[in-house]
Parts: sequence; structure tokens; C-alpha cells
Amino acid sequence: MFAYYLDLAMRSLRRHKILTGLMVLAIALGIGASMTTLTVMHVLSGDPLPGKSATLYYPQLDPRDSQDVRPGQEPPAQVSWMDGMNLLKAGRADRQALMTGGAVPIQPPDASIDPFFEDARFTTREFFAMFHVPFLYGHAWSREDDSNDARLVVLSRRINDKLFGGADSTGKMLRTGGKEFRIVGVIDDWRPTPHFYDLMTGGYADSEGVYLPLLTATDLKFPTNGSRDCWGNGANIDAKTALCTWLQFWVELDTPAKAAAYKQFLLNYSRHQKSLGVYQREPNVRLRNVMQWLDHNHVVPSDVHLQFWLAMGFLVVCLVNTVGLMLAKFLRRAGELGVRRALGASRRSLFAQLLVEAGAVGLVGGLGGLLLSLLGLWVVRMQPSDYAALAHLDLSMLLATFALAIGATMVAGLLPAWRACLVPPALQLKSQ
Amino acid sequence: MHIRHILAALRHHRIAALLITLEIAFSCAVICNALFVISTRLERMHRPTGADETHLVEVRVGHVARRSAEATLAQTHTDLAALRRISGVSHVTLVNQTLFGSSISFSSVSLSSDSNAPSTAVTQYMADVNLIDTLGLKVVAGRGFRPDDQVTDASLNDKNPPQMPVIISQALAKHLFPGQSAVGKTLYAFGPNRIVGVVKRLVQPRDFGAPGEYEYAMVFPVDTPYPQGTYLLRVRDPAQRQQVIKQALSVLKKDGPLRLVSPKYARTTEAARAKYYSADRAMAWLLAGVCVLLLGVTALGIVGLTSFWVTQRRHQIGIRRAIGATRRDILTYFQTENFLIASAGIVLGMALAYGINLLLMQRYELPRLPFYYFPVGALVLWVLGQLSVLGAALRATHVPPVVATRAA
Repeated sequence: MFAYYLDLAMRSLRRHKILTGLMVLAIALGIGASMTTLTVMHVLSGDPLPGKSATLYYPQLDPRDSQDVRPGQEPPAQVSWMDGMNLLKAGRADRQALMTGGAVPIQPPDASIDPFFEDARFTTREFFAMFHVPFLYGHAWSREDDSNDARLVVLSRRINDKLFGGADSTGKMLRTGGKEFRIVGVIDDWRPTPHFYDLMTGGYADSEGVYLPLLTATDLKFPTNGSRDCWGNGANIDAKTALCTWLQFWVELDTPAKAAAYKQFLLNYSRHQKSLGVYQREPNVRLRNVMQWLDHNHVVPSDVHLQFWLAMGFLVVCLVNTVGLMLAKFLRRAGELGVRRALGASRRSLFAQLLVEAGAVGLVGGLGGLLLSLLGLWVVRMQPSDYAALAHLDLSMLLATFALAIGATMVAGLLPAWRACLVPPALQLKSQ
Repeated sequence: MHIRHILAALRHHRIAALLITLEIAFSCAVICNALFVISTRLERMHRPTGADETHLVEVRVGHVARRSAEATLAQTHTDLAALRRISGVSHVTLVNQTLFGSSISFSSVSLSSDSNAPSTAVTQYMADVNLIDTLGLKVVAGRGFRPDDQVTDASLNDKNPPQMPVIISQALAKHLFPGQSAVGKTLYAFGPNRIVGVVKRLVQPRDFGAPGEYEYAMVFPVDTPYPQGTYLLRVRDPAQRQQVIKQALSVLKKDGPLRLVSPKYARTTEAARAKYYSADRAMAWLLAGVCVLLLGVTALGIVGLTSFWVTQRRHQIGIRRAIGATRRDILTYFQTENFLIASAGIVLGMALAYGINLLLMQRYELPRLPFYYFPVGALVLWVLGQLSVLGAALRATHVPPVVATRAA
């Protein structure tokens, strides 16, 4: 029966080429626009470390002075050097890492390449294990190297390709900031999206090119990237003693019970600091996991939301348009439908036949919409925003495109098909 | 009379008429809001900074290895002198942050030395005394900086830092001292700072904080070493900007091999502005594109349905023609019919536009839709409706009266 209906649908669609063309065009435009924006939303609101992110937490403390206290106030988005070091040394979590973004000048060993600046991450060693960073060559630096000013560096694959032509460079030396660093590891392509561990350097920034031990980098006074939030008076010159928050601290807590215990630890720590007179405020802590942290920061740009709603509005107009055109098309065939009714077809089978026809329009429209959304995503990738390069269609979105196209067209076909089924057979036969 | 007949006829095409009404309503609502968002983006993109942007180029130089503070500062002075000698360059300075640049620095500013006094976060430009002239800022009260105002960057870290004067933007002056002259007063940012001048307009390098605070800025006369800033050059003739960038790079490259001098770190301020607002420009184009597509789809819908109606009503049209209706009457009939449907759609669309705007105001901090967008949106859709109905209506006028005598 389905094959027969499909055959009828194809005949009918071919008979009214212009009307069919208009319907397919409207569906394709609506689907193209909505799938483009939906894909961008899907990519931008994804989980940066699937399977892992639920166990990664971002502790926040409130070391600020008592100026401008408001109830329910959010603690600073980063930690100070002192707090970061204290929490790191306490080591109460399964893993922990203290880090900041930075920029380092690199002098390539090959003199034909000009020196250049590269984004760097200054961090303690568990960054790599905690965030499942894949190593291509070598490994992270050791625990001792975190605290002995070791001149060691881990490169990204991109930088290793650029400087060493992709060869295993571990053990070689790299000159950066006028100092010699020994390369201990090269990591494979790794770009968590969003750039969750440091939203200050851009929510969708590419991952850094070089990784240095935090203490080494800060002792050499390498410039840091990101934001620095300071309070109180006095010259905040030495970043380690200054009343400023500028570091990110991440912990891994494998079970909810450990997370609850860690939160209690943060409260106790704040209380202790207050009793020492270091903190002036009441304990004010947060412990969010990755997705909660991203949510809290509204990391998906509001323009992307706006574009999504706009595209949805556009899709609605396209669908209303399709309903109208389909109504015209089905009613124009009242004669043919009357004949089928007179020959014994039930209303139900007419209805099924018309819905198959609507579905066929949806399928073709969905194909057109797919091409348009590929075009749309290509346009998005041409944009200058830092998430542009991420806008690609994956399999789930591809299937969603067709599901949306066929589903929406069938829904649009319900009303016209129902109206057309109400055709009284006798009247139609007579008027022919 | 006419209208009553049209309405009576429409009652037989309730669903189709309703669909067109809905389509027009949605288009109207989306287009009103999209046009409004476009206009807010355009307005944002054309905000002046107060600087004479067409005459400015910037060059950033990095250092590969650290040298002593004195050596670095001496190198900076050598650079500034060399850049000043380039032909076509009228002023040169080194500034800690550039307009539309990625870095931005703030200090909290209050009117008393008490740390509990209410404060405002204000962005600070730190540059040698030539910044005001290089940017081409207009001093509207007080004076610009004099050479003896200048302090060194290193001295700011002393136990007893020198007291430096400050020049502030007019918006900040009005905020701090409403109704009074700010010149001669003192604000507290780096200790007490005496305000020696007010410039007409100077803004933050990039948007930060509340929208009104975009126009708050202050300038301190600080002799900064080059790794902490960007060389800013004012050219006499905008046409020479690329030429000046090239010369500046070659001049800077002469001094020391251990410096990062690259065309990557040099640009005109105009290019910086274009890059900074590129997302807004892309959004405006996207919205404009969607508006055009929406109008197109709506027009196609109207064309499709009216041509269907004309076919369906061939017989009636023939009868009307046979009993004396002129071609013009037929045309008027279809156009009036479309006008009525469009009007209903527009009324509904206005309400919908208002509702969408309320939502956008809540969620995306958009301002209220100005009243004049409504008539503009209405006019656009009326014209669109009339144009899209024209083809089918003209075809209807060609239905010969003889059709009436044939069986339907």
C-alpha cells in the first residue's frame, strides 16, 4: 500500500511542478536555517569531557575584604595564589591542579623561523591526568618538578609540528623567554569545547600550545593571560602576595560523597582563615562541576541563542506557508480524490495517501535543507568568532535534520489532508 | 458594500485566509524585531571613541628575553625617537592599552581615601604625555599633560609613589562631579590624583561592565617600558598608514635581534575597530538575510494561495464579468481582499512583535522596540501583499465573461 501511495504522490508532485517546487523550497529554507543554528547551539553547549566532566569540580572561595558585601554574593571566579597553594598542598581531592593562562615568547631552534608568541598554560602536573590529555610522545613532568623550579615544557602537537616537523622532540631543548627548557612531552590534538578550565581566556579558545610548571613560569615572571581581580589598597605588584584572584583551581572528586566532604573542607578552610584574620568575610564557597560551571557562566553566547530563536521563527513561517500551499494542492485534486472515494477508498486510506505525499515533500525539502545547512555552517566557519571552526554537522544532527524535515512537513500536512478527505464523492463526480 | 461581499466570500475560505493571516503576522513580528536588532547593532558599531581613528596605527613589540628595567626603558625612548623621525608621522606615544585591543586595565576610583567609600571601576590609559595629542582628543576643560607631569612606571611600585595628575573623560567628570567643574578636584585611584583636564570623549578599549560605563576613562602620564604597551603613531595623511606601518617595523627591527617585531602585531586602529565589531556586523547581515528570506517566503505563500483561489473562482469571475463588472472591478476585488487579510495579519503581528520584544528585553537586555517600527513593518507587508497578489489578480481580469455560460 505504501509503495502505491508513494507512486501516487510522485505522480501528483510531478504534475504540479511549480507548487511542489515552492513547497520544497519553503521547507528547505526553514530546515536549512534552523539546522544551521541548532548545530551551532549543539556544538557550543556540548560536554567538553564526556564521561569525565561530572567528577571535575571548580572550588570558589571568598578572600575579599569587607567592602561592598551583599548577601548571596557570588565568590570571585578565580582563586588567589595563597588560597590556590594552600588547597593544592592540602591535597584533599583525588587529583587537583592550579593553573593560569599565559603567553611566552618562543625562539625556534631553526633560525629560519622568526621568534613568536604562543599561548601557554602554567599549571601543576595533574592537569594532564585529570583532564585526560592524550600524550603523543613522552609524559607530564614529575611531582617534584612542580616545586623545584624545573625548566621543563610540554608542547602541543601543533607547536611540535611547527618547530620539529612532527618528530619526537622529547629530551630536546627549547628556548623560551630567553631560558632553556627541556621538552618532556608532546600532547596529541586536544581541544575541549568549551575551553572550560579557563573561561577568562575565551569560552571557546583553542587549547594552548605550550605547558609549563606553574612555579617555574611565575618565578620567571612570564606574563599571564586572563583576568585579575584585585581588592584593597596598596601596590599589587607581586602576584603571589597581592590581594588578587587570578588562578584557576580544579579538583577531581570521584563520588558525590567525596564532593560533599570537599565542600565541607572548603567551609572549614574559610572559617580557619577567618579565625586567623586573613579572611574578613563569612565563609562563602561554591563547588560546581564542569557543566554547572559552564551553565553558571552562560558560556553559550547570547547572539547564538538569538539566532536560534530567529531561525525557529523563520521555520514556523515556512511551515505555515507549506500548510497553505498544501491545502491549495490537495483541494485542487478534489475531483481525483472524489473518484477514489467513489471507487471504495476509505477516508483513512485517502488520509494516509495524502500524508505520504506530505512526507515525500518533507524528504526532498530535508535534502535541500541539508545542503542549505551545510552552506550555512560553511558561512558560520568563515566568521571571525573563536567558535567558528567548530561548526560542523555530526551524524546525530544529520539524522535530526531529516527527522525535523519529515516530521514538520507531516504535521503541516495534517490539516490539508483532513480537509481534503471531507470531500463528498458524489458532488465531485457530478461537477466533473 | 464591496468589503462586505469580500468578507462573505472569504468565509468560504476560512482556513486558507487564516493561514495567510498567520504567515503575515509571524513575518511582521519577526521583521520588526530583526530590523530593531539590526539598528541597535549598527548604532553600536558606529559609536565614536573620541579618538581620531583614521589617522592612527599601532605596533606592538614583544621581548624575547628579559632585560633590566633601565635598559628596557632606555630602549623604549630610543624607539619613540626613531618612530617620530619617520616621515608622515606627527605624534608617537606608547600606551598600556589600545582602543579595541584585547587587554584592558581598571582601577577602582573613589572620592575619598577611605577604603570603604563607594567606588566605580574605571579604565586607565597609561602613556607618556603625548597620548592626548596622538589620539587627537579634545581637551574641553583644564589642560593637557606637560612634560614635568610624567612619572616612570617603576616609581609607581615605590613605598611612597609619586603623586600623578590625571585627565578624565567628560562622562566620568559628570558622573563624579555632577553639575560642577572637575578640574582641580581630586580623585583616588593611585593614591590621590589631581584632575588637571577633561577630554570631550574617551572610551574603554572594549565593552566592560554596565553600558553607561563605556564612556568612563582616565589617562595617567606614565613613562611605560615597551613590553607593557603598544606604540601608537599618528600619521598626517591616512593614505600613508600602510607605508608608515612598514617603516615602523623596519625601524624597530634594527634595534636588537631579541625582539618580536612582526606585521602580525601591527595594524591600523580602523582595522582594529572593524575586527572588534565583526560579530555585530555578521549578526546584522544575518538578520538582514533572514528578513529578505522571510519576505520572499511570505510572498511565495500569498502567490501560491491566490493563484489557487483565482483558478477555483474562474466561474464566479466569469459571472461577475457577464453581468457588468469591469476588469478593473475584478482587480480591485482581489487587491482589496489581500489588503483586508494583510491588515488582519499586521494587527496580529504587531501584538506578536510587542510580545517578542518583551521577551528579548528580559532575556537579552534589548531596549524597548521604538513605536515607529510598527508603521514601517505594516507598510512593508502591505506593499508586499499587494505586489504578490498582482500576478494572480491580473490573470483573473483576463477570465472572459463567456465562462459564465459554460458548466462549472
